[in-house]
Amino acid sequence: MSEAEVIDQYVKTEYEAGFVTDIESETLPPGLTEEVIRFISNKKKEPQWLLEWRLKAFESFQKMQEPEWAHLNYPKIDLADVSFYSAPKSIDDAPKSLDEVDPELIETYNKLGIPLHEQEILAGVAVDVVFDSVSVATTFKEKLAEAGVIFCPISEAVHSHPELVKKYLGSVVPQKDNYFAGLNSAVFSDGSFVYIPKGVRCPMELSTYFRINEAKTGQFERTLIIADEGSYVSYLEGCTAPMRDENQLHAAVVELVALGDAEIKYSTVQNWYPGDEEGKGGIYNFVTKRGVCHNNAKISWTQVETGSAITWKYPSVVLRGDNSIGEFYSVALTRNFQQADTGTKMIHLGKNTKSTIVSKGISAGKSQNAYRGLVRMSPRADGARNYTQCDSLLIGDRCGAHTFPYIESKHPNAIVEHEATTSKVSEDQLFLCQQRGIDAEKAVSMIVNGFCKEVFKELPMEFAVEAGKLLEVSLEGSVG
Amino acid sequence: MLSIKNLHANVEDKNIIKGLSLEVKPGEVHAIMGPNGSGKSTFGYVLSGRDGYEVTDGEVVFDEKNILELEADERAKEGLFLAFQYPVEIPGVSNMEFLKASIDATRAHQGKEPYDAVAFMKLAREKCKAVNLDQDFLKRGVNEGFSGGEKKRNEIMQMMLLEPKLCILDETDSGLDIDALQVVADGVNACRNSDRSFIVVTHYQRLLDYIVPDYVHVLSDGKIIKSGGKELAHELEEKGYSWINQL
Repeated sequence: MSEAEVIDQYVKTEYEAGFVTDIESETLPPGLTEEVIRFISNKKKEPQWLLEWRLKAFESFQKMQEPEWAHLNYPKIDLADVSFYSAPKSIDDAPKSLDEVDPELIETYNKLGIPLHEQEILAGVAVDVVFDSVSVATTFKEKLAEAGVIFCPISEAVHSHPELVKKYLGSVVPQKDNYFAGLNSAVFSDGSFVYIPKGVRCPMELSTYFRINEAKTGQFERTLIIADEGSYVSYLEGCTAPMRDENQLHAAVVELVALGDAEIKYSTVQNWYPGDEEGKGGIYNFVTKRGVCHNNAKISWTQVETGSAITWKYPSVVLRGDNSIGEFYSVALTRNFQQADTGTKMIHLGKNTKSTIVSKGISAGKSQNAYRGLVRMSPRADGARNYTQCDSLLIGDRCGAHTFPYIESKHPNAIVEHEATTSKVSEDQLFLCQQRGIDAEKAVSMIVNGFCKEVFKELPMEFAVEAGKLLEVSLEGSVG
Repeated sequence: MLSIKNLHANVEDKNIIKGLSLEVKPGEVHAIMGPNGSGKSTFGYVLSGRDGYEVTDGEVVFDEKNILELEADERAKEGLFLAFQYPVEIPGVSNMEFLKASIDATRAHQGKEPYDAVAFMKLAREKCKAVNLDQDFLKRGVNEGFSGGEKKRNEIMQMMLLEPKLCILDETDSGLDIDALQVVADGVNACRNSDRSFIVVTHYQRLLDYIVPDYVHVLSDGKIIKSGGKELAHELEEKGYSWINQL
């Protein structure tokens, strides 16, 4: 296609999509075109290089097809129906108090023990009083600044630290990596930017929680974390409270760079709206998460996935440097009509690289839960080792658990171990608990929490307690 | 304590218990003996309210309550305890956590506060010692990787901890060597008192040398066909189960 033809096509598409919005408007009509990308970039007052970066992504994205290999069944997303930019809701539209919020949501908040003022933030209540959390966030920022840690929205980092963003953005997940990463690269909304200077141990766990009051990240979140040589950071993403969003399609990208001797620990608790009991609604979550380890570096992914109607997510580690370590600990729980296809990729390039994968899938209701993992040992990966443990637990007899392990070993002395089990919450186990006075619902949650123990112990303490509680709430009503 | 009248029960639509009656007074030890397939284990499950064990006729009154209306966990909280023949493993759930949940559920039912964690720890350690289990075992997963003997001792330990009113021991002797049997029996005997009753279900007379019953009943084809004192067990051992077919 010649350039003229390409432009011509854009113009035509715009016309067909009825692109009539004036550039000052706050919300775009559905559809994805070059104009849309220029509009987003302009709205964010981005430098020229980033606009070009987005456009390049869009160009490759247009040549890509939505992947179909995942064990997922959902109606195709028509991008012509998706709106790619909407400004944060006006304060007049937001609920005035918790009384105006869906009582079911409030009930869940209460079960999870979320304090009132946090509930208000989560439910998007229009509040203008000063919260405790705001002052906490301020002290928090001062402490980080002292250590030289940069932690800010990526849209801000583009202006305040352009050299870092320019150098690393897309360095781990290139624009044309895959369909959803391509889409994200073209239209990403916002996300976190973290930089830990050489030799610094980040004085506290970085949590997206502290960014809640800042700009809404939107449906195409983009996160970039750089741990410079010899540094350490633990990053917590998400929260246990159920998150609702009017946007069904979510495609996030997370890039981690662990330079020599650095360590990044990335923990996620994901609880997006999974749809109702009939499987209607619910978020489609297509995430590309990847980290690259330089010499002696370590990246550890821990995730607890309980939400979303569709989960497509494979947090991966490229073990580029010698002696580097990659870890993946995952709990994925599906119920009702939820579908999850999740796992990891461990790409061993360097010598003596090690990776550990522990995946726990729990399926209840009519849900489908798949583990998909790739372990690749390159010809250079002398002395590389992998250990994979992949366990599935079924609750009831209408759900499914699937395991798709891919192993590619191109080095004769690389060691790859894979263990997999599938079990059911057996009647025997349930009855043993009940016979000791523990009711069925509590028993199931206890059995499931026991099943997940190996993963929970990798989570920061507070998160682990919350995650256990979240499973308990999520499993309610799945017995019987 | 326990009054069973004309009990009939089905498992998967098959009639297994066919008109069983039994009276157990406080402090009594009743042994139920019978050949394989006579309905011994089913009897224990029916009493404790396991899912899939359907009572079609008769009544069971336990401690002046009609327990057939109650869920399994509610019966347990009323003080009915079943020591399993084959206790299952619950990987990742520590014994400590399991026991605490269990005892607190019963306490909540009695309107009591949850056990204080430190006091509970002390109590659990004591009970471990009583059945000759290493304290380490409280940290291990429920029955996870336990030997047959350890599993049985764990059952008895739970019984000592929960202090039930009625204990049903389902073939507690199976898979135990003499030493382990002695430990288990000592545990049971230590729990005997004038208020607590036992139903000891067993295939062999051997166990009854250690846990001496007040009454022995012979179960055959879902009914008690003969009852007597402890000497009945010896007679049965001598003559074999084929003898009862001639009764």
